[in-house]
Amino acid sequence: MNSVKRLSELTDENGLDLPYVSGDRSLDGIRDDVLPRATGRPPVLVIENDRWAGLDLFDLWTHRELFYFLAWRDIKVRYKQTALGASWAILQPLISMIVFTVLFGRLARVPSEGQPYAIFSYAGLLPWNFFTAAVTTSSNSLVSSSNLITKVYFPRILVPTAAVSAALVDIAIASTMLFAIMPIYGVRFQASLIMLIPLIGLTALTASALGIWTAALNVKYRDIRYALPFVIQILMFLTPVIYPISFLPPRWRWVLRLNPLSGIIEGFRDAVFGFPFNWNGLAISVLVTLVLLLAAVFIFSHMEEEFADII
Amino acid sequence: MEPIISVKSLSKRYRVGGGGQNYGSLRESLTSSLKAPLRLLKSRRGNSSSEGKSHFWALNNVGFEVERGEVLGLIGSNGAGKSTLLKVLSRITRPTAGRVELYGRVRSLLEVGTGFHPELSGRENVFLNGAILGMRRGETARKFDEIVAFAEVEKFIDSPVKHYSSGMYVRLAFAVAAYLEPEILLVDEVLAVGDARFWHKSTERMRELNRQGATIVLVTHNMFLIQTIASRALWLRGGEIAGYGPPLDVIGLYRQASEKSEPTARLFADKNPVRIIDTEMFLESSRTPANEALPDSSIRVVCGVDCVPGRFIFLVRAASPDGLTYFTIYSDPMEFSRSGRVKVEATIPRLMLMPGEYRMWIAVCSGLGEAETLANDNLPLKVGSSRGTEASFNLMWNEATWRVSKPK
Repeated sequence: MNSVKRLSELTDENGLDLPYVSGDRSLDGIRDDVLPRATGRPPVLVIENDRWAGLDLFDLWTHRELFYFLAWRDIKVRYKQTALGASWAILQPLISMIVFTVLFGRLARVPSEGQPYAIFSYAGLLPWNFFTAAVTTSSNSLVSSSNLITKVYFPRILVPTAAVSAALVDIAIASTMLFAIMPIYGVRFQASLIMLIPLIGLTALTASALGIWTAALNVKYRDIRYALPFVIQILMFLTPVIYPISFLPPRWRWVLRLNPLSGIIEGFRDAVFGFPFNWNGLAISVLVTLVLLLAAVFIFSHMEEEFADII
Repeated sequence: MEPIISVKSLSKRYRVGGGGQNYGSLRESLTSSLKAPLRLLKSRRGNSSSEGKSHFWALNNVGFEVERGEVLGLIGSNGAGKSTLLKVLSRITRPTAGRVELYGRVRSLLEVGTGFHPELSGRENVFLNGAILGMRRGETARKFDEIVAFAEVEKFIDSPVKHYSSGMYVRLAFAVAAYLEPEILLVDEVLAVGDARFWHKSTERMRELNRQGATIVLVTHNMFLIQTIASRALWLRGGEIAGYGPPLDVIGLYRQASEKSEPTARLFADKNPVRIIDTEMFLESSRTPANEALPDSSIRVVCGVDCVPGRFIFLVRAASPDGLTYFTIYSDPMEFSRSGRVKVEATIPRLMLMPGEYRMWIAVCSGLGEAETLANDNLPLKVGSSRGTEASFNLMWNEATWRVSKPK
């Protein structure tokens, strides 16, 4: 009977014989004799140091509205106090496209599978820009939400994933630009364009995987903030954004295939130009993305418990 | 009674800066996250975590129960583990050992305006903050008008909160929290912000929630609040329970012990030896206590004080229930050379208050004045109508002797 005592049991008749100090430091968990058992009703919530907590899907479901609100906030705030507003979502890929078309299409004569290089590169920049924007905001999302994390409970994974969802608005806007420039270069609209929707979804999952992982690391190691832009820059050259996969000698193509973005970007181009899809390539992308996502969620849920203490 | 919160052998260990895992490099982290599955297996086999000087126990084997409908006040000096306990109960941080069982929906309020975004409008922030505090969208929408009215920001509800005055900001932030409907509410010092009126509004709201059946766990340094609102108090010291029971007794112990262990370098409230034992109010020269008077009544406020040697100033104050002060009367500094019970009596020859509800406060301050209030107490006072009080827009009652005569 060490943990709890009513004051009346501890004091003498003057009520001033304390302080009572619990002397037992043992941490041997629950002892039934300490407290009377609660009535038959099961607790609504049990808090323990459970290392195998993992991802509580029910908890995520009950917090679905918060996910929606966090994404909504990120979208609302994104272009606040900018003169050009949401046009930035179009300007970024458009200007990159112009620069790449001149540099790589005209001067360096990078092949573009027989299609106009402008559309070829825009179809690559669309998922690439979405991916980098999503990963960057996602990786900073936890740190910039430190006030939330130290003051309120909610499944922390909502923060980086909501940041990725908010970036979906950008790719939606940038896609309209694609449809505007396609006729200029004589590229016809085809039914295969509908594949862009699942492909964007897949890109979002890939971005989530990297975002969840780097967001968690960023809480503990702010190095991420400096490392990530650099890594993304390097990654661009390891991804067929400005060149087709066929640009590489056949025996090295498998390396590129391990990058899930390769299959995705290739898929984007197939959808835009109406080429037959490389289903094997896409399957590899899906598989690699799922593995990355599972690993990221695993790492996240094991670092999560510390967030409030070290952020 | 059935417990709604049951805490068993709860402990929380923190790393202390330096030497800990906190300050590793990215390289270590990359390898450690790759090794995470391995480490997990290891820690399953045996607890390999090193225990050394770089750790401290913010909570150490804490156990207690809170019954449905109770208000538990958590007291203790800074760093005693109060906020850590609240953070564990609200699932913000995980305990190192032990178990908490909660038999109701928990809402925690460790700060007002958590997640408010300066660029968003008041309206948008109400919904965002509601979602963060755990309200459903429909619930927030239903209460929206009430929230805005409570915050008194109707006119600015669609402008970004970055243009709000700090008062408006805090009012709106508090209003959202005030309309939470928790079964268990965890509150940490949020009442310390804002002016007297805000303080009153928030404490009143807590009382109301409690009347409606909510169980409240409250951390505050305001002993007066604990005395008036809590049904039980828990005193934490160095992460351990040092006292648990009726608020008055625990506060008494806490003050006494704080004085013994560290006579200096503490907040004055912590080493406070002065206590007001009881307070009564008398009308005119009557001997029976009363709490009703007329604007022109003479009243006497009498209290018994346990005093120690030193120099003290007493004050008596009339204030509205929401904290607006009508008058404050200070005594001259008084010297006491011996410890013991004294009777302090303040006679106010004419009240001069308009009819209405008031609270009469009496306080013992150190020689430095009200900034160091050592003890206080208050009584309700109802002032009834009498001649000359018809003009209700007046702030103050007074009387005159009239004489009309012809000019010479």
